[in-house]
Amino acid sequence: MAPNAVLPPTAATSSMERFAELLDALIFTPSRNGKLRLMVEFFAAVGDPDRGWALAALTGELAFREAKPQQIRALAASRVDPELLGWSYDFVGDLAETVSLVWPTRPGANRVPELGEIVEGLASASRGDVGALLERWLDTLDATGRWALLKLVTGGLRVGVSARLAKVALAELGNVEPAAIEEIWHGIDPPYTALFAWLAGEGARPETGDRPSFHPLMLANPLEIEDLPKLDPRDYRAEWKWDGIRVQLVGRKGERRMYSRTGDDIGKGFPDVVEQIAEDVVLDGELLVQRDGEVAPFNDLQQRLNRKLVTPAMLRDYPAWVRLYDILSEGGEDLRALPFVERRLRLEAWYAAAVRPRFDLSPLIPFDAWNELEALREGARERSIEGLMLKRADSVYVAGRPKGPWFKWKRGALTLDTVLMYAQRGHGKRSSFYSDYTFGAWRGDELVPVGKAYSGFTDEELLRLDKWVRNNTTNRFGPVREVTPSLVLEIAFDSVSRSTRHKSGLAMRFPRVHRIRWDKPHREADTVETLEKLLT
Amino acid sequence: MQLTAPKPESWLKIVPEGIYCVPGDFHIDPSSSAKRALVTHGHGDHARPGNRQVLATEGTLAIMRARFGEEAGGTLQPASYGEVIRIGDVDVTFVPAGHVLGSAQIVMDYRGSRVVVSGDYKRRPDATCRPFEPQRCDVFVTEATFGLPVFRHPPDAHEIARLLHSLRLYPDRCQVVGVYALGKCQRLLMMLRRAGYDEPVYLHGALIALCDLYTQHGIDLGPLLSATGVARDELKGRIVLAPPGATADRWARRLPDPVVGMASGWMRVRQRAKALGVELPLVISDHADWDELLQTLTDTGAPEIWVTHGREEALIHQAQAMGLTARALSLVGFEEEED
Ligand SMILES: [Zn+2]
Ligand SMILES: [Zn+2]
Repeated sequence: MAPNAVLPPTAATSSMERFAELLDALIFTPSRNGKLRLMVEFFAAVGDPDRGWALAALTGELAFREAKPQQIRALAASRVDPELLGWSYDFVGDLAETVSLVWPTRPGANRVPELGEIVEGLASASRGDVGALLERWLDTLDATGRWALLKLVTGGLRVGVSARLAKVALAELGNVEPAAIEEIWHGIDPPYTALFAWLAGEGARPETGDRPSFHPLMLANPLEIEDLPKLDPRDYRAEWKWDGIRVQLVGRKGERRMYSRTGDDIGKGFPDVVEQIAEDVVLDGELLVQRDGEVAPFNDLQQRLNRKLVTPAMLRDYPAWVRLYDILSEGGEDLRALPFVERRLRLEAWYAAAVRPRFDLSPLIPFDAWNELEALREGARERSIEGLMLKRADSVYVAGRPKGPWFKWKRGALTLDTVLMYAQRGHGKRSSFYSDYTFGAWRGDELVPVGKAYSGFTDEELLRLDKWVRNNTTNRFGPVREVTPSLVLEIAFDSVSRSTRHKSGLAMRFPRVHRIRWDKPHREADTVETLEKLLT
Repeated sequence: MQLTAPKPESWLKIVPEGIYCVPGDFHIDPSSSAKRALVTHGHGDHARPGNRQVLATEGTLAIMRARFGEEAGGTLQPASYGEVIRIGDVDVTFVPAGHVLGSAQIVMDYRGSRVVVSGDYKRRPDATCRPFEPQRCDVFVTEATFGLPVFRHPPDAHEIARLLHSLRLYPDRCQVVGVYALGKCQRLLMMLRRAGYDEPVYLHGALIALCDLYTQHGIDLGPLLSATGVARDELKGRIVLAPPGATADRWARRLPDPVVGMASGWMRVRQRAKALGVELPLVISDHADWDELLQTLTDTGAPEIWVTHGREEALIHQAQAMGLTARALSLVGFEEEED
């Protein structure tokens, strides 16, 4: 938790200045904990409605006519010598930052605006008014304030904070579970006054009414193999663990949503699925690309993720499906308190009640003993399968990752012996360590980089790796060191696919350092060809 | 200027070693050892070892002795601020530059022609040295380290408040701030003291000698402790100062989860700060920012400006727009990093 009575960071009194200082600090703070502290402090110190507008800006929920870069440039050119402006831009390299720094101050300009005034001003401004508004605000703010304003109006607020992290900060502020915030998030609107009142203990949790809101997900723990004998197979049901992305589908009073596991609305990218959500229902399942009843590689799904615009060609070539495994609500009836087996029956009944294009059911795998499942898991080499899920038959659906009811039992990782080629300094706590490693595999006599890893080792191993890098450096490029190619790293990864972004033409999924082979001669490391054989 | 006064470029020459005064037969801040050197201040790109005779303020000489020992120079002659010293046919006066302890502008009068070589300077208050005193002159020789309008240093108090805020925000971490050993280190300490921070500040070994020197010159830096050999836990919630290079190196591993800060005018540009892995960029500089440079051009009333090093292009453009004659000397050997 953040300290309670923290003084304001500086003499800033306007919420816009406070917000600007928050953004500035967030950009430079690498650690998640640090970012949380900064946000909690801000939300505790700034009042309504400004903190709500700040929250909306951080979570990407603000909507107003954005200013175009040309507009900003023209505004600056009207106030600054164009020659000086040009040199300044060349030096700084970022338009908003350049303009914020070179903007000539006007002593005795108007009062510094509050964040709320800016948001409301922009929301009601016509296209022609925006320039004059901006100019007036730029005159009153300091450099950090001007930078934040320009980032805000050009929609480029990239400060390394996800919507999820902002919600975790709110949860800390109000001492509630993040899931409690996610559950209502899609039913409330900026500036979230009722939300903040609830978090301060001054009001009830906001009602979301008939909105298609997110239901926080239940997550599984990794299965520790030593624990298996302690579990009774009769208490559990098994399913395949699919290699897609987890989604929640929500239909409510004619509105339809597809949420990611963190509650982000990703439905815009998947109209082919979303339009199939027929009734009031909340479904839990795996988003996959399927062709002719067969699951396509994860790479195909990636073609459809994070796209603002979906073309007809994408819809045709990468058809999306959802493989369902749970039902949380039906016809407005909350089913989460039912045991898993009963929810499963409700899911099957719902599925059978109509033709369900773009949906199928994730089958249950019958078994009597753990060794049967183990054999199935070992044998499963289909690309679409990551392993197994075990769910207690009597498990109710609760948000978060409770210990016990659900387990994921991933199939063994793939491994490859590679040679360390480059090392780069890490960030934050690791900024004095060479902790990011680029490794290669052999193609003939040449080492070809095949991936990058920055995890999987202990602190002690990191110390030793760092020392090794420093003693074996052959070249330096800024924060990167090239090393004598002689140390073998055994890399574990989940899968490998084709990629045009890498010189090797291959991309590993979740590579991490499995073992450091201090002993192994580097000539005995694996080849690119070996990696190609593992393609899925 | 008298009608008969010689043109400045006829008696002040740019030579490979820097600026050479013909009628006085001396160099200013020579980049390699000279017979007679006049030194503006103790930073390594201005004060170099091995000159046969050195003329500088007492503060600068003390710094040179501390840095170079025997190599500080053959004879070291102190110059008091404001004292007129005749060298050959030239009258020389050392005038405060407000940059670091002992820093001076060198004013030269020769047959009614006056040139001021300012060395490095700044215009905002600094409790560790005497403030800059503008001199009317015919030619003002200036640096342009921050000669772009993007460089406008915020108020010092604002930056110190950010450091103290970070200290409160992370009671379980330590704040390590990268500072140059000469000037920035001591100025930051004084700013902390003025802001009411009277806890001990921990120092990297490379900073201790110059802090002692400042203390001997009557500048009370408050309680200081060596960071060497201190238990990790003791440094939680503390401020540690270190040379810029040490904050991201193995030395920093002794510190408890440090917030890495850096006090420099370059911190104004986010990309630069990010590239250095800085978490707390503090825009604190001992060089004039853009507005101070322009203010100084006006204050000296000089019709002609010579720019020694830095971003000359923009400053010359601006000086010309102000109706002044301006040219670049393009002196080499001055480090951008030193600030
Ligand atoms: Zn200097
Ligand atoms: Zn200098």
